[in-house]
Amino acid sequence: MKSKILMAILALVIAGLIAVPWIASYFYVFIFTEILILGLFAASFNLIFGYTGMLSFGHAAFFGVGSYATALVLIHLQWPFLACLLVSMGASALLALVIGFLSVRLNEVYFAMLTLAFGMMVFAIAYQWRSVTNGSDGLAGFSLGSFGLGLDLTLGNPSVYYHVVLGIVAIASIVLYVICRSSFGMILKAIRQNPERVSFAGLNVRTYRLVAFVIAGTFAGLAGGLIAPFLRVASPELLHWSMSAEPVLMAILGGTGYFLGPFVGSAVFVLLETWITSFTESWMLVLGIILALMVIFFRKGLLGTLIDWWMEVKK
Amino acid sequence: MSGIGSALLNSLDIGLLLFIIAVGLNIVFGVLNIINFAHGALYMLGAYLAFTLINMVGMPFWAALLLAPIGVAILAVIIDRVLLRFIYSRDVADSLLLTFAILLIINESVRMIWGSGIQVVQPPQLLSGSVQLLGSSVATYSLFVIVIGLILLAGLWYLFNRTRVGRIMRAAALDRDMAEALCINTRMVVTGVFAFGAWLAGVGGVMAAPMRALDPGMGDKIIIESFIVVVIGGLGSFPGALLGAMVLGLIHGFGGRYLPEVNLLLPFVGMALVLLFKPHGIMGKGATT
Repeated sequence: MKSKILMAILALVIAGLIAVPWIASYFYVFIFTEILILGLFAASFNLIFGYTGMLSFGHAAFFGVGSYATALVLIHLQWPFLACLLVSMGASALLALVIGFLSVRLNEVYFAMLTLAFGMMVFAIAYQWRSVTNGSDGLAGFSLGSFGLGLDLTLGNPSVYYHVVLGIVAIASIVLYVICRSSFGMILKAIRQNPERVSFAGLNVRTYRLVAFVIAGTFAGLAGGLIAPFLRVASPELLHWSMSAEPVLMAILGGTGYFLGPFVGSAVFVLLETWITSFTESWMLVLGIILALMVIFFRKGLLGTLIDWWMEVKK
Repeated sequence: MSGIGSALLNSLDIGLLLFIIAVGLNIVFGVLNIINFAHGALYMLGAYLAFTLINMVGMPFWAALLLAPIGVAILAVIIDRVLLRFIYSRDVADSLLLTFAILLIINESVRMIWGSGIQVVQPPQLLSGSVQLLGSSVATYSLFVIVIGLILLAGLWYLFNRTRVGRIMRAAALDRDMAEALCINTRMVVTGVFAFGAWLAGVGGVMAAPMRALDPGMGDKIIIESFIVVVIGGLGSFPGALLGAMVLGLIHGFGGRYLPEVNLLLPFVGMALVLLFKPHGIMGKGATT
């Protein structure tokens, strides 16, 4: 009964998401495009944080590299959009392999500091390698051509782009969900709860962590590839550690224990940001207070707290 | 030759300043087992408090050097008693998240109070000139930073190795339950150590104020540098913090002069190299899973 109600709510949400361009103004189409892309970014982060128990503060490295990859391919090669996204995923996967190899063998405090430092290293490269990345201005002035697969889509139209993003994020989320529910995902959960026991069971914890880190980096790269045409620029801000903090905040806000938690977090984050910045510049102050309260009192996040409450009530 | 001499002095003053800040981070980690993400924000607060005391209130630099770090330490006691007490028994990740929230709050408060523009603090008259040393002219203030850094280094070493307070701190770091069993009020020790770490960050902030322009991003810059210092030297290690700070000081002092194109990148390269060969840092122990 309960799972049926949950499925019905999910179906309603999906139907609502599909209908956004027909029932809402362009303003909300933009907002929901951002929610979906950042939601995928946060969900990829949660694979290593919520599932595997590794708190990374450098996830923006993969997001930003993904956006630069798509921007560079569009500027220099004008490939179809799908090919750009594949390049983004490949570039981020490769970077995640290198950073992950150096970082996953260390415990959580070290891991958090290291990923932060490596993330800032990528930021420094994008900032200083002017001939390729155009320095602090970032890459702009690219336009989307065809989509690929012979589909005739006007990607320049925000509504069309929204639906493309919705489709790609949906497919990516299903893939991520399948990974989380697979035996591989179960081992990741076990690693979060007790790494010693997993390694006594004969499994190589380090390899599992590295694979999870690369998968997360790959999907963050995909999200980055989607954000570049949306923002019409790939700039170093996308690589900065304040960008790395966003998926952390979204995952905590929504709830790290549920697959959809980061998406809920992303929606609340973006809507709250839009609403609060309309009357004060101190969005970060509000965010800090919310985060402190969430960590101290609602560690399960909004979705987790809601579901707990609902289970209590409906008993 | 004079180029190398001044690069060396420059490395030493950057390195000792970094040491003062990073050792605070390390002490807090050693005793409380939390990484204080807001450590850089506390450093920034020290600098801005000094700015207010000197430029607004009109106090001499020396008074600011005395008072501003105490102000930062008082704030740290409040942070500890109001916020951190909830998460001491939890996962390390929670302390990272909570101190990150504190960082956001402090950063934005600084922006609200002092504005996002750049502020400048003048060094005191006595230290504003330059002197001839090793065949080149060196800012007197750099020498002052080196002297204060060395005094603090010696003082900290003495505190940890030769005093009762230092022994209590080390006991609490080694085994908090055991220390408790020996009638040490560990609750007090925890608050005291957190305040002491913040005081060191505040001292670093005041010392840095006349050397660097003040802006609301200065704390974020220093926290990443401190992390690199700690990773290179080894988490929780006192000599490690000194070694890491000196390595980073040398990278800045010489890299900025001889390799300007890649100087932003060099600290990270140094860190990656240390990690490849000594994953726990040069002086660290037991950080792998």
